[in-house]
Amino acid sequence: MKKTMTFAAALLAASVLSGMASAKTLVYCSEASPANFDPGTTTGGNDFDASSRTVYSRLVEFKHGGTEIEPGLADKWEISDDGLVYTFHLHPGVKFQTTDYFKPTRDFNADDVVFSFDRQFNKENPWNGDKYLPNLTWDYYTGMDMPKYVAKWEKVDDLTVKLTLTEPNAPMLANLGMDFASIVSKEYADQLQKDGKMADFSTKPIGTGPFQFVDYQLDSVIRYAANPDYFKGKEKIDDLVFAITPDATARIQKVLAGECDVAPYPNPADIATIKANKDVTLMDQAGLNIGYMSYNTTIPPLDKPEVRHALNQAIDRESLIKSLFQDAGATPAENLIPPTMWSWDKDVKTDAYNPEAAKKVLADAGLKEIQLWAADRVRPYNPNFQRAAELIQADWAKVGVKANIVNYEWTKYREEGKKKDRPGAFQIGWTGDNGDPDNFFATLFACSAIGVSNYSSWCDKDFEDLIQKAKKTSDQAERTKLYEQAQVIFAKEAPAFLLAHSQVYAVVRNNVSGFKMDPLGIHRFDGVDKAE
Amino acid sequence: MLRYLLHKIALLIPTLVGITICAFAFVRLLPGDPILAMAGEHGVAPARYEELKQQFGYNLPIWEQYARYVGEVATGDFGVSISSKRPVLEEFKTLFPATLELSFFAMIFAMVLGVPAGIFAAVKRGSWFDQSLMGTALVGYSMPIFWWGLLLIIFFSGYLGWTPVSGRIGLQFFFKQITGFMTIDSLLYGKWDAFRSALSHLVLPAIVLGTIPLAVIARQTRSAMLEVLGEDYVRTARAKGLSSARVVGVHALRNALIPVVTTIGLQVGTLLAGAILTETIFAWPGIGKWMVDSIFKRDYVVVQSGLLLIALIVMAVNLIVDVLYAVINPRIRAA
Repeated sequence: MKKTMTFAAALLAASVLSGMASAKTLVYCSEASPANFDPGTTTGGNDFDASSRTVYSRLVEFKHGGTEIEPGLADKWEISDDGLVYTFHLHPGVKFQTTDYFKPTRDFNADDVVFSFDRQFNKENPWNGDKYLPNLTWDYYTGMDMPKYVAKWEKVDDLTVKLTLTEPNAPMLANLGMDFASIVSKEYADQLQKDGKMADFSTKPIGTGPFQFVDYQLDSVIRYAANPDYFKGKEKIDDLVFAITPDATARIQKVLAGECDVAPYPNPADIATIKANKDVTLMDQAGLNIGYMSYNTTIPPLDKPEVRHALNQAIDRESLIKSLFQDAGATPAENLIPPTMWSWDKDVKTDAYNPEAAKKVLADAGLKEIQLWAADRVRPYNPNFQRAAELIQADWAKVGVKANIVNYEWTKYREEGKKKDRPGAFQIGWTGDNGDPDNFFATLFACSAIGVSNYSSWCDKDFEDLIQKAKKTSDQAERTKLYEQAQVIFAKEAPAFLLAHSQVYAVVRNNVSGFKMDPLGIHRFDGVDKAE
Repeated sequence: MLRYLLHKIALLIPTLVGITICAFAFVRLLPGDPILAMAGEHGVAPARYEELKQQFGYNLPIWEQYARYVGEVATGDFGVSISSKRPVLEEFKTLFPATLELSFFAMIFAMVLGVPAGIFAAVKRGSWFDQSLMGTALVGYSMPIFWWGLLLIIFFSGYLGWTPVSGRIGLQFFFKQITGFMTIDSLLYGKWDAFRSALSHLVLPAIVLGTIPLAVIARQTRSAMLEVLGEDYVRTARAKGLSSARVVGVHALRNALIPVVTTIGLQVGTLLAGAILTETIFAWPGIGKWMVDSIFKRDYVVVQSGLLLIALIVMAVNLIVDVLYAVINPRIRAA
């Protein structure tokens, strides 16, 4: 008997130990602390990595590593012929996460969907304002123009939701795949409201996503565990840890030392070291971004397309990109949208380097001096505005144009730059939100964006007609055609000098599989596995 | 003594007012509009901009914003972070133990090495040891913390693999905080391996943060020691035939330590300033890293309240040093 007991105890101990040994932990060295864990209220990529892409899911999702839309919490959807009504059919039996701070009593349903959006715009909703968190701004909901397009959200039955728009808006589906559109639990919200602990909603998240929240030590470590009830199947890694490591060099040293498995954004200077290491892989992809320089097309002589073309031709773009991005590299931009985005037209080319031709046109136009704007900030699409300005200045000097560099601090820079009467050439760029071409063409060059984010003050009727039509059509093949035509007009009119789409990097240890670079700049750990 | 103390405390009031004005003004002098910074590259429509300005109280005249701020601070309300929406004081309380723990170990490092080195240099004045020590101290004092930290990481953690790269404790250790000091908490839970991990994580950041105080303490100890060694009573002690070790270790050192203690107290400001860079490099979750993050986020509330809280701590420590000094040296009180 005693022997049996000892044996049983040994067996138990062995199984516990082996259970521990087989628990797979993946450590991600993230670049910054999340502001909080409610994706509706935050704006940073690091916020979303830590909340929406781990804990939450959405009605529709972006394909892992792409910008195409695939089913999420909605299995399928129908769009009415007039493009105004979207009907979503929800996946049945989806469970919200069970944690030590919340035990759901019902499955995910239409109430959760309606609540998730209602709280972001309805001033009557107690979760919209100060009762929940002070100074809430719902930046993405307003930034994506949702208040303008959404007429109402309605529950048809437990598993059907209807969205009615005020006017057709094809990018809407892509918007619903964005982080701010993450679906939260109404039951959890009600419970916290009853307990008078509403602020916990942003620090102890509950969602339907692949991982559930365990603990956050402020500015240090975030811990998650695989959600055992995940409706797409439990993840292969058991524990996911975010080790917050703001310094890029320290981050890379941690991956090399095996202290973390994945790290984003290495310094260009470290790229050679990473490539030389046999234990890690450097992953890269052209980012969903564009660096460009807007000419104010309303002020002569920049109102003439030939002058703008000539200024473009005078710039030795290849050397400029090499000098700016160095080892990190970048894809020269031929178009406003990057090649990873659908509707990108491979036949459209921007101006080639041709200083001789440029010189003559510029002399004829009488352009002798120009303002050239540079900000003080490092951006993914332009690591050094000032250096770029100096190189462009030198190139333009060769064709007889004297460029005066104008400097401002970043926020002041954009404030001055967007003014309609701002003279000269203004360096700027953009990182896409949702992988929809509208998010580049309309956001940056629609007539209505003049004074907001159309730094060229460019309003071309043909271009405008095409992008507005593309916005209202839900057929992707037709939209592609419209955007292709828009790209041709853009190349012909040259409202801006197109610089490059920067490469985005991540360093991954070789025993990690399934990690994909994401054009949207997010870091996802669903589908990722790790060999011991 | 009480009069002395009251006098010292009264002197703090104008300093405190000055600090609130500085914290308030500096933050507003930072270029960049916090609302535009929040909106990012999307920009913000003019109507919405006005709405937000009103919501945050930035539309009020500057003196009114200041009056509001002082009123809130006086009642212990340090505001709510713009980005995380959590009370600033709560975040500060969570993060401060990490900074305190790091500063404590940095100070231990600086004292344990700095005081003996200073004594030895003074005793062997003019020797090659003295020369090279003072040279090294100057280098240590002038070393950019950022560069020094990265250098140590690349060599000791990257190349040799002796120390962890960054963080406060190994990720496998996970327990609820009691005191907020990893070294103490791990012992309270009786986890020796966690304690070892916490200590190994402290080594590099403590060296980096302690380098400047080490240089200052070594130099200060040397010069105080030199002064004392020239005093009559030291000569008397030597004349009595006491061993050199006893003369230096007992008679001279005691007197030389008075200015050294003051120096150590005054290094608290240096430590907190150094913590800003050290914590950022070593991903150390303390108030230094918190301030840097908040400056980049243009989180006005955190930056100005954080500055004030840090200043309050430096002032409190300086007050304690003043009082201690008076206790050690009664002549100060009379003056």
